[in-house]
Formats: sequence, structure tokens, C-alpha cells
Amino acid sequence: MNTVELGTQATDRAVNANDADVPFIRVRNLTKVFLARKSKRMRLFPGRQAAKGFTAVNDVSFEVQRGQIFVIMGLSGSGKSTIIRMVNRLIDASDGAISVGGKDVCSLGPTELRAYRNQTINMVFQHFGLFPHKSLIDNVAFGLKVRGVDKGIREAKAAEALRLVGLGDRIHAMPDQLSGGMKQRVGLARALATDAEILLMDEPFSALDPLIRKEMQELLIKLQRNFKKTIIFVTHDLNEAMYLGDRIMVMKQGKDIQNGTALDLLEAPADPYIEEFVAEVDRSRVLTAGLIARHRHVGQPDGPVRPSDGAERVSEGTVLHELLPVFAAGAERIGVVDQQGESIGIVTAEDVFAALSPKGFSNAS
Amino acid sequence: MRLNIGDWFASMINWMLANFGGFFDAVSWLVNLLVGEVANVLIGLHPFLVIAVLAAAAAALTRSLGLTVFSVLAFLLIVSMGLWPEAMSTLAVVLVSVVFSLAIGIPMGIWAALNNTVSKIVRPVLDLMQAMPVFVYLIPAVFFFGVGMVPGIAATIVFAIPPAVRLTELGIRKLDLELLEAATAFGAKRSLILKDVQLPLAFPSIMAGVNQVIMLALSMVVVAGLVGAGGLGGVVVQGVAQLDTARGFEGGVAVVILAVYLDRVTSGAQSLGDVLRRRRTRKEQRAAAASDPAAAVS
Repeated sequence: MNTVELGTQATDRAVNANDADVPFIRVRNLTKVFLARKSKRMRLFPGRQAAKGFTAVNDVSFEVQRGQIFVIMGLSGSGKSTIIRMVNRLIDASDGAISVGGKDVCSLGPTELRAYRNQTINMVFQHFGLFPHKSLIDNVAFGLKVRGVDKGIREAKAAEALRLVGLGDRIHAMPDQLSGGMKQRVGLARALATDAEILLMDEPFSALDPLIRKEMQELLIKLQRNFKKTIIFVTHDLNEAMYLGDRIMVMKQGKDIQNGTALDLLEAPADPYIEEFVAEVDRSRVLTAGLIARHRHVGQPDGPVRPSDGAERVSEGTVLHELLPVFAAGAERIGVVDQQGESIGIVTAEDVFAALSPKGFSNAS
Repeated sequence: MRLNIGDWFASMINWMLANFGGFFDAVSWLVNLLVGEVANVLIGLHPFLVIAVLAAAAAALTRSLGLTVFSVLAFLLIVSMGLWPEAMSTLAVVLVSVVFSLAIGIPMGIWAALNNTVSKIVRPVLDLMQAMPVFVYLIPAVFFFGVGMVPGIAATIVFAIPPAVRLTELGIRKLDLELLEAATAFGAKRSLILKDVQLPLAFPSIMAGVNQVIMLALSMVVVAGLVGAGGLGGVVVQGVAQLDTARGFEGGVAVVILAVYLDRVTSGAQSLGDVLRRRRTRKEQRAAAASDPAAAVS
């Protein structure tokens, strides 16, 4: 019943995802200057105002397509959290423009802003942001309660969202009875329950143990396959950024220094800062079979891999690390298929080695 | 150069008395009526009935057998000392003062928590109210309201408001910023955030404020006895005036019994939230046991 309800949403989105050429979120020259305290006094000297302020975000522009995971990567203080808070106006921008679905976010009035926050956009927090005095189901239903949805309907939806994240049997538990990973599952369910199209995730997995973090990343990918949300994901972990991100924007001291795919960052780091980051990345766990197959495909079309080739077949999301045993077992080439089972191309052992060595792609081609 | 601040204050009081005399008379009449009614009810009922109700309240709010037994025995002691009517009249004064203090203090605290300017103005006023020796309030209060219960209650309210304001403001302000962001990010109105998130989470702090208000109000009882408020304060003051050690001690013991009872019961109510939560947890466990554990999706 409710499964159907949430499920149809996904197919609707899939249709919408076809008009992906138009950027869904468009951010232009976004700037945020935090004024120092006692700003009243400084207003007497307008010239000094800028000098006294702290520029958290400096002239940043980017676009996010519908259904994309857009990762903003940077160390603390780089302004990444400020950016996503400007997208849902928890923080007002000092300058620049943000448009979502063609609508100017910065000029929304109070009522429109509440409607926008409630229906279009949602947020998942680093420390979960769960209400400790509400049970899980009440936490998840909060957005719907704000919307004025009837208790019965909102609880059914909340229970369904909790089931999706694997907490269907604990809907009446209180947040303090849960582990960190479970809490963030609730945070995720809360964001899913309102059917908002955009998801802002502010370092959602940073407070979790490495193993749980991996599990949550996989859960997010799994959910994203069904829901096709448009996600802006903030992290300071480049491995995470590359694993999740369709596009990655690297921030440093309020500026965006590179904006591209994981492969772009690996192959052509824009500056020594990113190069340093990239050196730390475990390529075998970041690069996927699909990425390699597509890259190879550009130069030399392989033609479809037929089952009769006898080659192993893996899905495009498989990381290279998982291909190694297959090659070790003697396979020469591995077929790569997308989610629908359509062939994308093949990957050979040489491709994998080339991809794993630094600057591997450029050297190989 | 000598600044006659005291004279200015006195003439301000005189001016207020001359211009708002009717208002003070009306307040005096109303408060007298209110306290009188509450006291009449408490004294009019049979002591054993009142003791049963007080003990039941202790049992319900604290779920402590020891405190329940203690309150029965202690109140019986008051009856046997022959101080029951005085104790009930004091309880009536305390209850009315506390209701007024909370009715002013809690909304004030909420306002101060939501508005920095209000907070900045309120803080020094509260400091003044708390630090000023209480007797100082009594003098103008007697001018305004005449001798009796009302000036005692007025002074008690002034003295007891600050913790209600402070602890309410603190409880709301110390809320985790992320929770506030989360509620805002879901498009909630400020009024809903206040009602649904800020106040419930500030509840323990607000209850600590209620507890403080009650204890301060009770501590004012003896002082209020000086201006003829009667009750246990009157008994103690009488004992002091007549150098009657026995009478004074009995009045003091009765005050202590009331204090211990009110303190334990109200601080027990603070943890009422935990009790409800535990009950909820049990409900969840039952629900989980009833549903198929295999239904869990990993």
C-alpha cells in the first residue's frame, strides 16, 4: 500500500530525470561574508565593514543536474557547510544567486520559504539532529506534521520510510536507544519521508565508525537507485566523495578550486592541494568498472559483450578492488553492464592496472 | 555630594500610592480573596483527607514509597503539634505566590530566550530583584497593600520570579543548535518549533525553576510573618517575640516539613519525563515482540 505510494514516486522521478540537460540547482557567484560582532558600530564606517568580516564563501558557482549526487569536498573552514545552508537559507547569502527549478531561492518570502523548505528540500545533519524527546516515528513524521498531514497518513509514511532504511521494527524506540549508524538511518528516513526532491547532506557519515560509514554509503547508493533524489553532499573525505559523487567540487578557503568527476580529479588535479589529496585516495576502492569501461569505450568501441563470450559480467558500480580476484582467477576480460543489464563495454586486466597507477589513464591512451 | 537615592525612591512610592491607590486596593482585595478561598478549602477539609491527597500526589509524582510514608508521618506530626491550620494557611500563601510567580516568570523567560534585547534588559533587573535584601521589599509592599497576607505575597513574588525566568531562558537557549536547524530546515514555523521542540526539551530546566520558585516562596514565609502574614511565619515570629523556644521550634519544624515535602515532590516531577519514556520503551518492546522479528529489513 505505502510501498506502492513511495515506489511510484521513483518512477515519476525517472521520467523527470530525462530532462536532465537543464540544471536543477544553479548557484551563481555565491558569497558569504560573516560580519564580526559589534557590526553596528562598523556601519558608521562602511569602508571597513568588508575588511572586518570573514569571507566564508567566496564567489562560488556550480550547477547540479536532477538526480545527481553533487559532492562538495573540503577541509573544515573551507565554507562547504555554509554553502548548503545557503541553499535552504538557514544562512542568508551575502551576494550571488541560487535558483532551484528556475525559482530564485534568495528572494522567497517567509511563507514561500517555509513551503520550499518543507516540500522541495531536506537536510541530513552531521550529528543527526534527531529530536531526543520524540520516538523514531515521530521524528520521521516531523516534516509531514509541519505540512499539516493527518496523523494516520503521516505515521504510515514515516513507518514506511523507516522500513526502507532497515528500522521497520523499531519505530517506537527513542533516539537515545540507538547507535550512531542507526540514528543516521533515522535522519535519512526523515529526509525521505517528505518526498522532497533535494537532499542536503552535511557530513552525514563523518561521525560514524569506518565500517558503519561504509555501510551507510552503500545504503545511500541503494536508496538513490530507487529515489533519484538530487543530492548535495558535503564531506571532508575524498574517498567518500569519489565513491558517492557524480560530480565533485573541491573547496579551499571559501573558493572552489576544482569541479569535475572523480576521474577528472584523479587525472588532472587542478592544483598541488588537490594533488596531495588525490595521492591519499585508494584508487582500487574508488574507481568503478563502469567508469573504466566507458573511458575505454571512447577510444576503441568493443561492441556488445555477448553472454556466449563466457566472460564474467559485473555491474557498473563495482569497484576495481572487487575485480582483482576475478582476474586472478584467470579471466582476461570482464563484461560491464548497467543497472538495466545493458552492456556498457569490457574491462581488461591491463585497463585495471593502468587505472590503478597514478596518471594511469593519460599514459595508457 | 550626597545623592538622596533613598528619598527619590520613597517619593516615587508616595507618588505611586497617591495616583494608583485604587489599583493597589483592588489587587489587595483580589489576592486576599484568592488566598482566603484556597486556605479555607485546605483548612475546611478534614486533615486526614488532605494528608491522603498530599501523600497520593507524592506517590504519583515520585513513585517513592519512602517519601510517601514520610509525608504521611510528617503531616500527622504537624497535626499533633496543633499547627495544622497555620501550616495550611502557609501552604495556601505559597501556592498562590508560586502560581503568580510562574505565570509571570515562565512567559518572561520564553520571551527573553527568543529575543536578545529583552534578555539584555531582563538580566540586570533580575539581579536587582534577587540581590536586594528581602526586607526592603516589605516596606513599600506594606504601604501599597496594608498589613497582612498580601504584602507578604507581593514580596514573595518579587523574590521568587528570577529563577523561573532564568531557568526557563537557560533551558530554551541551551538547546542544541543542530536541532533548531533541523526543525527550521523542515519548514516549521517559530511557534511550532517553540511548542514542539524548544519547550519540551526545556521542560527539565523549567521544572528545576518551578522547584526553585517554591523553595524561595517557602523561605519567604517567615519573613512575611513579620508583616502579619500569619501562618507558620506568624508562629515563628511570635515565638521569637515572646522568647518562647518551644513554640518557635515547633513552627520551624513545620516549615521544614513543608519544605522537604514540596522540594522532593517537585524535583520528582522533573524526572516524570523519564518515567513516561521508560513506559514508552516498554510499550515498544511489547510491540516489537508481538510483530514478526523477521519483518526487519536489513
